[in-house]
Amino acid sequence: MTTVRIPQPMQVYTQDMEVVQAGGKNVRKLINELEKSYPGIKDVLVEGDRLRPGVAIVLDGKISQLGLHQPLSEENEVVFIPAVSGG
Amino acid sequence: MSKRTHVTTTINNKSVDFLCEPRQSLLEVLRDVLFLTGTKDGCNDGNCGACSVIMDGVLVDSCCILGVEAEDSEIETIEGLAQNGELHPLQKAFLEQTGMQCGICTPGFLMAAKALLDKNPQPDEQQIRHWLAGNLCRCTGYDKLIRSVMIASESMAEA
Amino acid sequence: MNNPEPLAKEFRVLGTRPIRPDGLDKVTGRALFSDDFYLPDMIHGRILRSPHAHAKIKSIDTSAAAALPGVRAVVTGADFPPIESKMMSQGVAGMINIGDVADNCIARDKVLYDGHAVAGVAADNPHVAEEAVNLIKVEYELLPPVMDVRTAMAADAPVIHEDFYPGAFILPTEKYLPNATRMQMGSGDLEKGFAEADIIVEREFTSETIHQGYIESHITTVKWDENNHITVWTATQGIFNLRDLTAGVLLVPMANVKVVPLEVGGAFGGKERMYLEPIAAMLSKKSHHAVKIALRRDEVLRATGPSSGTYVKVKFGAKKDGTLVAADLHLAYEAGAYAGGPIFLGAISSTSRYNIPNIQINGFDVIVNKPTMRPYRAPGAPQALFAVEQVIDELARELEMDIIDFRMKNLTKTGDLLVAGFPCAPIDTVNMMETVKAHPHYTAPLTGENQGRGLAYTMWFNLGEASSAQISINPDGSVQVTTSCPDMSGTRMTFAMQAAEALGIDVEHVTASVGDTEAVGFSLPTVGSRTTYATGAVIYDIAQEVLGEMSARVALLWETDSELVIVDKGVFSNKEDANLTMSFHEVCEKLHETGGPITVHNSKSSQSFIPGTCVHLTDVEVDPETGKVDILRYTVFQDVGKAVHPDYVEGQMQGAAVQGIGMALNEGYFYDAEGHLKNASLLDYRMPTTLDIPMIETVILESPNPAHPYGVRGCGEHSIIPPPAAIANAIHDAVGVRMNSMPMAPHKVCAAIKQKQAADA
Repeated sequence: MTTVRIPQPMQVYTQDMEVVQAGGKNVRKLINELEKSYPGIKDVLVEGDRLRPGVAIVLDGKISQLGLHQPLSEENEVVFIPAVSGG
Repeated sequence: MSKRTHVTTTINNKSVDFLCEPRQSLLEVLRDVLFLTGTKDGCNDGNCGACSVIMDGVLVDSCCILGVEAEDSEIETIEGLAQNGELHPLQKAFLEQTGMQCGICTPGFLMAAKALLDKNPQPDEQQIRHWLAGNLCRCTGYDKLIRSVMIASESMAEA
Repeated sequence: MNNPEPLAKEFRVLGTRPIRPDGLDKVTGRALFSDDFYLPDMIHGRILRSPHAHAKIKSIDTSAAAALPGVRAVVTGADFPPIESKMMSQGVAGMINIGDVADNCIARDKVLYDGHAVAGVAADNPHVAEEAVNLIKVEYELLPPVMDVRTAMAADAPVIHEDFYPGAFILPTEKYLPNATRMQMGSGDLEKGFAEADIIVEREFTSETIHQGYIESHITTVKWDENNHITVWTATQGIFNLRDLTAGVLLVPMANVKVVPLEVGGAFGGKERMYLEPIAAMLSKKSHHAVKIALRRDEVLRATGPSSGTYVKVKFGAKKDGTLVAADLHLAYEAGAYAGGPIFLGAISSTSRYNIPNIQINGFDVIVNKPTMRPYRAPGAPQALFAVEQVIDELARELEMDIIDFRMKNLTKTGDLLVAGFPCAPIDTVNMMETVKAHPHYTAPLTGENQGRGLAYTMWFNLGEASSAQISINPDGSVQVTTSCPDMSGTRMTFAMQAAEALGIDVEHVTASVGDTEAVGFSLPTVGSRTTYATGAVIYDIAQEVLGEMSARVALLWETDSELVIVDKGVFSNKEDANLTMSFHEVCEKLHETGGPITVHNSKSSQSFIPGTCVHLTDVEVDPETGKVDILRYTVFQDVGKAVHPDYVEGQMQGAAVQGIGMALNEGYFYDAEGHLKNASLLDYRMPTTLDIPMIETVILESPNPAHPYGVRGCGEHSIIPPPAAIANAIHDAVGVRMNSMPMAPHKVCAAIKQKQAADA
């Protein structure tokens, strides 16, 4: 099971839990698993077959380039954050 | 289009003549008629100094001078600062002391600094700041730029 | 997690100060900036702009303009393909609503700010184009303008967009308020936290819209030819970004668009978008000429991408011993005419440098009738710091604690969880505080009346992300490095230095250049303090590949196994025979005989959210009669990981500091009640001159960044963040007033002093 940190706006779907666990070989499968326990969360994160524009994934402190296809393992910690740039 | 005036002038010690409309500024003439694009346009209303040139020994914003006013004048622009491939001490100092970053304000500052050193070869920091207050730089924060002028004036004194 | 270890090895090239190769052209005026670019068949464009802040366009009559002798083409919004509101993903760098970009470049139904582009004209010369623009007749139906965040968020506010895609990360099911979207971050329990506090401070702050203030305007030359190919010659921070936006708005394949970068005369985040290319391209298509459009200075201020005015309310609670226990922040930032301002970055930079167990941040991205807010060097951070660092200062003084000791009680350290939800990457924050405390400026006596000292501390994060580069090795030992990140400040030199360091050769033998979109692979723009760090990282990787290939060539020449060939500092040697060596140069001479010249191209995406810390310490003198604030002394401390070229690093620290000082004391947009920008000139948009500031002392700290082979952290942005807060804290130290509004112009300081005098009486 991968550790997932839920940002505050989405904690309404996870009964106010900040940290949850879910399985899945990649982020897409992980989100599908999360949706089973916490309905509604998938729609926030996914648009069609890609990560919703504006959402980025941080894996063990590093931003992932692979979106839904990012492979996962049990040691990983995943955080969802807004995608950003600088100036 | 108005009738163009024939103007004869001296730029960087060379006799030059051109045609310009009355409404064209000296800056526009230098850049778009004579293709001397070293002098820059930052605001076109006398507030940034990027277009600084020396005209009859006086530091001016060329955007505030009309092209027709150049008749019978002696104008120095950035293109004339280096002589026969030898950089002026100010140019050397700006390179060696990192007195610039993006470089857009640099020609204006170099001409303004030259005008200062022509009049006052050994200015102190406050005098340099006062003289250059009509030139804006957004990249350097002025520190290394002022130091470049100070170092150039020292090297010119030693020479 | 431990602090990063200092790198054991010494550097041959990094840390030296060679002269940049493009410097010669810049001091002689020969460098090619956008306005210096000419094509023989080029004509000139000018843009008609809305004089109203908010209005419907009822009709546009261009007939008189088109009839003027010398006019070659006229365009209005109707000439452009309709682009639906659609999020164009830029991967991890964010998202862009391509429909908004198109609408911003030229209005179709509505104008949304004073200066919004409405039509374009191309003519034989700029004066004729200008005359023609003035002959275009537009009929408007005026709508009420919305000019600040609190008005925009009121329940009865005029609605600017009936529909908009939320610009920040929120639940997608509802908009929060008219004209605004909300994002939330936080953890812990606020009520519990404040209950534990021995002292609570609650304050409100405001700031005005500000501009990056680059001295070079926006100028672009575009040719759209009969084969449907578009070429753009311009200064831009992102050649691929510009290419993709041009293609997306004009509905042309990306490979048909070529962007050629010219020297950049200052940008600071303001040249990473697109403003002029669609109009210039369409004029080119219609006139069959290349078209150059150069914005006037007032157009730059009215109609490009400034940075947000804000309303910030914060409440902080601390225990007697200085431990922060709770923080509640409300940050409302202007987004401008379209959603998507810097609120997220403002929010995470507001408190990330402190560990606060119970924290709630509500951030609002607010649509107003002003131009779209675009990044300005650490977007959103100075405005947030202005509020928070003043409250931190107030808490420390209330508790009678040293201002550095108070901060040290709450410092975020390596591994601590950031408010954004992931751990802080390695950095030594304690050393930063100790260095400031030990510096002579911290304890130097203040010698006059109405003098004070202020400090502000920030932590900012670099982007890393995708960069590409190419290294070619020539038979004469010279090396060519090509990248696609435009050079704003001397980065092509830092690329040459990193390549020279990695290859083990002298930097004189390396030439670095910036290619166009057809010459080299994709890079994200030069933004977010990422260029020296991320492009440097890919250059290092490519250098290793090059050395590997050269080792194989040496093995061939020595008729031995390539495993036996090792290379160090530009010398190839044989593990089994110490006498057998070849220099880099000697190997190059043999390239043609051993397989040909070597060229390696690669792309790499570097880790993002690399922290960098920065502290400013300043002494000011306030004139109580006039409210003028003079800066007596200014010291910048910044942790840059490893300073590749120390002069350039110092230049970034000083230049950014002075922009922050301008923001603090003088700069700010002034709009009238109808929404017209009244100070659209460099006279009245008052940026710092040589007389406004002293020399800026710099102290470089180096706690290495493990995500870069040489420990480099990006450094370009951080130093713009602390000045408003540092100066505000110094003003308070000097005359006992808390400035809650930026810019802290003389009349405001004066009023605050008078108010305090009246209250004290």
